[in-house]
Amino acid sequence: MTSLLTVKSLCVGFPGKRGVLPAVEDLDFHIAPGETLAIVGESGSGKSTAALSIPGLLSRSSRPVVSGSVRFEGQEMLNMPDRKLARMRGPDVGMIFQDPSTSLNPVFTIGRQICEPLRTHMGLDARAAEARAIELLELVKVSAPEQRLAQYPHNLSGGMRQRVMIAIALACSPRLLIADEPTTALDVTVQAQVLRLISGLQKSLGMAVLLITHDLGVVWETADRVIVMYAGRKVEEGPVRRILSQPSHPYTEGLLRAARKEGRDGFLTEIPGVVPPPHQRPPGCAFEPRCARAIAACRAAVPAIRSTGPGQVAACIRAEEGQPA
Amino acid sequence: MTLLKVHKLVRHFPVSRGFGSSAIVRAVDGVDLEIAPGETLAIVGESGCGKSSLARCVAGLDTATSGKVEVEGTDSADMLTADPMRFRRSIQMVFQDPYSSVNPRRRIGEIIGDGLRLHKLVPRAQRAERVRELLEQVGLAADYADRYPHELSGGQRQRVSIARALAVNPRLIVCDEPVSALDVSVQAQVMNLLVRLQRDHGVAYLFISHDLALVRHIAHKVAVMYLGQVVESGDAAIFDQGFLHPYAQSLFDAAPRIGRPEGEEVELLEGDVPSPISPPSGCRFHTRCPQTIDRCKVEAPDLRPVAGRDVRCHRAEEMLARMMPPQAEAAFGTG
Ligand SMILES: Nc1ncnc2c1ncn2[C@@H]1O[C@H](COP(=O)(O)OP(=O)(O)O)[C@@H](O)[C@H]1O
Ligand SMILES: Nc1ncnc2c1ncn2[C@@H]1O[C@H](COP(=O)(O)OP(=O)(O)O)[C@@H](O)[C@H]1O
Ligand code: SF4
Ligand SMILES: [Mg+2]
Ligand SMILES: [Mg+2]
Repeated sequence: MTSLLTVKSLCVGFPGKRGVLPAVEDLDFHIAPGETLAIVGESGSGKSTAALSIPGLLSRSSRPVVSGSVRFEGQEMLNMPDRKLARMRGPDVGMIFQDPSTSLNPVFTIGRQICEPLRTHMGLDARAAEARAIELLELVKVSAPEQRLAQYPHNLSGGMRQRVMIAIALACSPRLLIADEPTTALDVTVQAQVLRLISGLQKSLGMAVLLITHDLGVVWETADRVIVMYAGRKVEEGPVRRILSQPSHPYTEGLLRAARKEGRDGFLTEIPGVVPPPHQRPPGCAFEPRCARAIAACRAAVPAIRSTGPGQVAACIRAEEGQPA
Repeated sequence: MTLLKVHKLVRHFPVSRGFGSSAIVRAVDGVDLEIAPGETLAIVGESGCGKSSLARCVAGLDTATSGKVEVEGTDSADMLTADPMRFRRSIQMVFQDPYSSVNPRRRIGEIIGDGLRLHKLVPRAQRAERVRELLEQVGLAADYADRYPHELSGGQRQRVSIARALAVNPRLIVCDEPVSALDVSVQAQVMNLLVRLQRDHGVAYLFISHDLALVRHIAHKVAVMYLGQVVESGDAAIFDQGFLHPYAQSLFDAAPRIGRPEGEEVELLEGDVPSPISPPSGCRFHTRCPQTIDRCKVEAPDLRPVAGRDVRCHRAEEMLARMMPPQAEAAFGTG
């Protein structure tokens, strides 16, 4: 099977007062061309760190300690020289974030920000870049695109800003779009528009999408496969429809019940406790203190990832013993 | 008897638009509500529709431009002048971001104990004991009294603000998006805590959220807002029967849903919410409504009773007829 992106044994830690804190541990995954892979998990589970380490986007100032392998079309990207990375970031990998204000510059016009990558990466002249910018704004369904070019980010609504950011990410026709919580800050009616836009563009442009979200509903509606992360590790992976109907891992199961807002007699199903911070992760399975099915052996070692169904893998030693009642 | 009655509440904010010109933000534009003791009324709507402005007027943290709020039959503006302490004992508020509403340099015990001290509810010697009891009621160990807010997780801080509100035995707690900033597994914990406290103490909630699926579990009544007005309201049975107002329907359909069949066509709203400075003519929703007819553009619909709830739409009867006719008839007994 051809793979666009292959990540193996990825570990990312951040140096802190208590030594290097592991944000992502031993993560493996791959994305095929044209596929949507979702990474889902609660805050602090390492989703953004995992995605950011891919095109070498992790800020150097936090001095991350990164090991493992990240291959884009077979080419190793970890430890790639900055100059080479910068050249590839635009054309091959586009990124959009939760908060457009972090990547849109408030002092430059929308037009200038879309045209810049078109000129530096694609070598278009000013007129061609502007024409392409208008096309891109039309593609992301921004109304009155010609007028928008002269506007500033603060002139636009949250949904419009998110569309402009998508237009910039798409400027150089990337083969992979990394979308880190692209709709978390938006209202549901606008979220639905933006998700539909991303899915539509993906199909028409044949681009792969790595979608990071904490919302299993978003996963169901947009992704082909899903990775569930907990406390820096992958705990389950597989086809979306399979994972969200027959989860193997007790954490996925709990997350699913919480997301479905399942309840009885006015009470919702809870997962007790909280996600442990990196410096307080228990030995063995990190979910053990919150898990209703835990046994003594769960504390002994980090459970290995193994197959639990068609295309499905999970890191739980009790995964095959059937679903809890 | 009614615990809270909100009558034609209006909150307009004058804002400057530069060059000496000014405008008015119609944040809340004529809202009526009623809450009975021990009941939960959920207010649902997207950001900017006026939920927080309404909440602050109800909780006595802001003054309405016009209209009236009555607490147990007494005008709240009068009560706030004559006996502000009594008002604060009746109505408390819990915010989305508990961190912004507490002093980070004070211990949890002092934060929770404030109300007890101000309202002289328990003798000083028993205050620590009562704080411990409150902590326990919200599911926190007694030793949290000595900690500082930054040592707590988001969910724990929200438990502290609930304990602080509960300290004065209020009749009503206004909860403004209390779980929106929390992870989904922790959301359920806090929601369940609120339900348990209601069953034990009979406290009523005005519960504000943008998540219809979430409020479905705790609401006895629900009101959906758009641009400062209620567009549909009624008791919780409408969650099962289905909403009639096109906006309420869109809000419900737009939320991503696990298990939605592939290929199910969901009609999405176009564009963004218009500015509350110059809301559209006629029906405020007509610029985005999939059901708009000419009448909607010129004539503002009233909030009026249709099929056992209140709906602000000229086409409510047609929406009802279209809603799976046999079930609708069974549910409402209409012919
Ligand atoms: N730049 C950074 N410096 C130090 N710690 C970080 C940095 N970025 C993330 N972390 C830590 O790594 C862990 C994972 O964070 P993150 O990848 O942002 O999770 P998520 O996106 O799933 O919420 C968290 O404990 C977070 O505090
Ligand atoms: N103090 C204020 N001054 C001016 N405008 C305000 C003020 N508070 C709220 N608004 C405006 O009123 C409208 C309703 O806001 P808000 O009540 O916060 O809505 P919600 O809580 O539903 O998001 C928004 O357009 C908001 O910008
Ligand atoms: S009155 Fe008209 S525009 Fe308003 S919600 Fe009803 S159908 Fe839509
Ligand atoms: Mg993140
Ligand atoms: Mg608000």
